[in-house]
Amino acid sequence: MAEVRLREVVRGRVWKFGDDISTDLLAPGAYAVAPLEERKRHVLETVRPEFPRQVRPGDVVVAGRNFGCGSSRETAPEGLRALGVACVVAESFARIFFRNAVALGLPVLPCPGVSELFEDGDEAEVVVAEARVRNPLTGTELRGQPLPPVMVEILEAGGILERLRAWNARRGQTNAGRG
Amino acid sequence: MGHTLAEAILSRAAGQPTVRAGQFVTCEVDFCLVHDIFAGTLFDTLERLGVDRVWDPDRVAVVLDHFSPAPSAAVASLHRRIRQGVERFGIRHFFDTGEGICHQLLVERRLVRPGMLVVGTDSHSTTYGAVAAAGTGIGTSEMAYAATTGTLWFQVPPTVRCQLFGRLRPPASWKDLILHLLGRYGAEFVQYRALEFAGEAVSHVDLAGRMSVANMAVEAGAKFCFFPPDAVTRRFYGEEGAAWPTPDPDAAYERTVSVDLSELEPLVALPHRVDHVRPVREVQGIPVDQAFIGSCTNGRVEDLEEAARYLRGRRVHPRTRLLVAPASRAVYEEASRRGILADLVAAGAVVLPPGCGPCFGGHLGLLGDGERCVGTHNRNFQGRMGSPHAEIYLASPATVAASAVLGYLADPREVEVAVG
Repeated sequence: MAEVRLREVVRGRVWKFGDDISTDLLAPGAYAVAPLEERKRHVLETVRPEFPRQVRPGDVVVAGRNFGCGSSRETAPEGLRALGVACVVAESFARIFFRNAVALGLPVLPCPGVSELFEDGDEAEVVVAEARVRNPLTGTELRGQPLPPVMVEILEAGGILERLRAWNARRGQTNAGRG
Repeated sequence: MGHTLAEAILSRAAGQPTVRAGQFVTCEVDFCLVHDIFAGTLFDTLERLGVDRVWDPDRVAVVLDHFSPAPSAAVASLHRRIRQGVERFGIRHFFDTGEGICHQLLVERRLVRPGMLVVGTDSHSTTYGAVAAAGTGIGTSEMAYAATTGTLWFQVPPTVRCQLFGRLRPPASWKDLILHLLGRYGAEFVQYRALEFAGEAVSHVDLAGRMSVANMAVEAGAKFCFFPPDAVTRRFYGEEGAAWPTPDPDAAYERTVSVDLSELEPLVALPHRVDHVRPVREVQGIPVDQAFIGSCTNGRVEDLEEAARYLRGRRVHPRTRLLVAPASRAVYEEASRRGILADLVAAGAVVLPPGCGPCFGGHLGLLGDGERCVGTHNRNFQGRMGSPHAEIYLASPATVAASAVLGYLADPREVEVAVG
């Protein structure tokens, strides 16, 4: 798994998308149960066919309102993470995608006004934990909406499954103690 | 100050006397739902983490509904792995091929009850608000956590109240109520929020209608959607429900909107947005290749009957194919017993097995380039049902049936029906 970078500056090329990017665009239903290697080749291809081929690890997705609307499919943030996307900064997020991204360890940041801050292909500088987004070319900086502490903790743990692993280990010890 | 229904349910689940909108809490969940797209991954994940048992095998349901029956050898193998996982973990509520769509089953079998906190690996888990349960969609990793520990974190949502008054006038349908809210307030109307229905007309919304509305509330961003317990709920459960939570009269709502049901008319969501809503009469005449009646939104007996009124004694237009998927085996059986399915078949409908069918773009009637589908389902996003160059229109069973008869998007008032 790619390292989750929350507190340091992430610098990456901006891939810009509009409003209402749905989970059907992020993870098309036709490939719902295909292996990840196949699924990641179709991420956002409907709206930008070159995206899955050309996106590079460390790149940043910038989008409009209601990013990730639709299904509860975790394959939506999983595809972005598998392609190496460092973080998604959007005007706003759909609720389930937002939770799923954090649960998987994909940094996300709601940031009203971000669509105006970048052109596609610009470089972005993002510090997710501080909710800071900057365009080094124009020198303009925006403050996003800070993630709540519980989400920061889950991201820093590397996702909710790491928390589950720890919980399960404690359960094992408790049972062994009783046994 | 009193509680909204969301606050009442989450305070009980968090073991706190009171919680308020905005607060972060860890809650005990009451029921977990997993369907076939994610159950295989869930079991694999649990195994990988060394989890050998779920929190409560009696309070987990696994449903094979999305790819059912299996359309490929790969999915058949997936289903096989799921059945093995169900056995290994001793999951009590397992619904195999042909039993129906998860949300229909959990309500129909009364596994979900008023006041419960229910998480499902399906966004349309908001449907459980039809019976005053707090249902919400989560992903597979969160489900692994919830199904193992029996807990999950939540932020208590603010609540928007929707007051209903007036009487619905057919051919307007309960589907038109949720389409109206989406069209008027947009796809982020209740983002991160609970939507709670109230008002003198709420008692006139039957259970099927409540399920349609609560189901699609997630298209407006809802975390939960509630029809608070009332006579409809009590009748369904055959109980007085004295212990069921209700919203307090002095609860604090973020916002209140109201809808005069008598003003609703047949509506349609145009491609590719659920909130791109227009009266059908304004866009009438667009030719349709496929009409679909089914899904967790509108696949119940009431919906099939509403459609049959327009199709009895008629034929589906030659350029249009009509697919009908009952939401469950029980729906299939009742519609069959009452002759509704026979009427639909006589009109030219293709009846699909109970399940999600083509709604999510997996199989059983996908769309090709340039095709148009009008359906009773819940999403019309680009590429949702196959080709990204296809168009999806969302409407009520009456509108879809009328459109199937005429071969173009049509207001049901264009097709005469026998009254009564």
